[in-house]
Amino acid sequence: MSATCAEICVTACAEAWRGDGEILAAAMGTCSILGARLARHTFEPGLLTTDGGALLTAEPVPIGAPAGPVEGWMPFRDHLWLVQNGRRHVMLGASQIDRYGNTNISAIGAWERPTSQLLGVRGAPGNTFCNTTSYWIPKQSRRVFVPKVDMVSGVGYDRAAELGPEASRFHGLRRVVTDLGVFDFGTPDRVMRLVSVHPGVEVEQVVAATGFDLVIDGDVPETRQPTDEELRLIREVLDPRSLRDLEVRA
Amino acid sequence: MTIEEVVGSLESGMTIGIGGWGARRKPMALVRAIYRSPLEDLTIVSYGGADVGLLCAAGKVRKVIAPFVTLDSVPLEPHFRAARQNGAIEFTEYDEGMFMFGLLAAAHRLPFLPTRAGLGSDVMRVNPELRTVRSPYDDQEEFVAAPALTLDVALVHMDRADTRGNGQYLGPDPYMDDMLAKAAGRCYVSCERLVEPGKLEGPPQTLLISRMYTAGVVETPNGGHFTDCGPDHGRDEAFQRHYARSAADPEAWAAFADRFLAGDETAYQEAVVRWHEEQHQEQRERAR
Repeated sequence: MSATCAEICVTACAEAWRGDGEILAAAMGTCSILGARLARHTFEPGLLTTDGGALLTAEPVPIGAPAGPVEGWMPFRDHLWLVQNGRRHVMLGASQIDRYGNTNISAIGAWERPTSQLLGVRGAPGNTFCNTTSYWIPKQSRRVFVPKVDMVSGVGYDRAAELGPEASRFHGLRRVVTDLGVFDFGTPDRVMRLVSVHPGVEVEQVVAATGFDLVIDGDVPETRQPTDEELRLIREVLDPRSLRDLEVRA
Repeated sequence: MTIEEVVGSLESGMTIGIGGWGARRKPMALVRAIYRSPLEDLTIVSYGGADVGLLCAAGKVRKVIAPFVTLDSVPLEPHFRAARQNGAIEFTEYDEGMFMFGLLAAAHRLPFLPTRAGLGSDVMRVNPELRTVRSPYDDQEEFVAAPALTLDVALVHMDRADTRGNGQYLGPDPYMDDMLAKAAGRCYVSCERLVEPGKLEGPPQTLLISRMYTAGVVETPNGGHFTDCGPDHGRDEAFQRHYARSAADPEAWAAFADRFLAGDETAYQEAVVRWHEEQHQEQRERAR
């Protein structure tokens, strides 16, 4: 079976939670939600996942489906407490992201009177500073991958370093997944590095869609293809209505 | 009480906390009544949705204190965006968890509570009045001192309440409504259905708001409309889309306000029923 770009993104998102064990996999965005549930279905069965609301489901459920049997209750207040507790790895979205992983979901332009008011910081400051965070960005471009974000909602590595290693010991950005590739911050000065490009994507395309200097170490591998079993789970179990294709076009 | 009596007891310049979360279980009947009222210069404290948007549209708001304003299935709130982009309101923007700690501080009569949420982010830059606090213990760690979000009044919408003012939620999430009630000098509870004392059915854990916090209770059937108010009413997605489309265009908004917001709550509910009938009629005609 050959995978669509959306399906490659789903498995690339799933990989973010590899090795996490029994923690909450929280996710924003279709491919990210599917990734969390796919990871739980396959290589990371200890993960806890939700119905998209306040219920921890006994099994990973299809996107948009009722919770069915539940194994726990996680209303918003408990999410906010869990962030501080740390047994949580969240995959957030970002309207802007810079090379240190600072992100903005609050407002574009001067904060005092923005040209475009977005959501507000939501939980991004606490999420990034208190539990492991990754990002899912469905459409990479120079408008999103910017030299400097207009408002730091999610905390990047330079901001965390300013506060010192002790204060920022719970800060950690694991990876960034986009429609073009996978990135991490595994460089000595914790700036963004290209980990892999999705099949069919050239490194030059990624560079062209990035508004800052991206670290590229030698030959960049391809993002892995989903296995046949993963494709079956995505197509037949988790997302039979193909909502993923609305987020990432083929 | 009646809706008008609740809103009549409020004063311009007050700090008002509004319950629910985004587009979920908002006390919209009370919000609509404030929209129609002569109140102004309000500070609104909210995990914001159309409550914030409507009050901004009506020019009732001096300041919004919120971690976000969203309609959930419609990510951005058009009236709030316009108010921010026109510089019409002040905005105090906190992290969600920091905001909750502010409510908890107020609920427990503390000036602040320490948290890591906010450190390193521009929440500290855009709120220069925020202070940090150092642990007095050996770790000496520094935290954000989330200031108490003390409210003059809290408005919350419950699925059920009794005539004494005990409030019950029957959906999956209490949101922060009990914290808002405790953070406020007085709390007003609107409810889908009002029952006699002792007649609130369901597990005791669903009894969220105690009458000791409640200054008044008012029955507002479908008063959470168009926000999600399960199990009685899901979010009215079609109407919310109509709201969001109208709110993004001044002419369309004038027509929306004229049709839905010019009269009282009964008139609003009737107008919504008629709007849905028209939609069904149009669908049937298109299908022909």
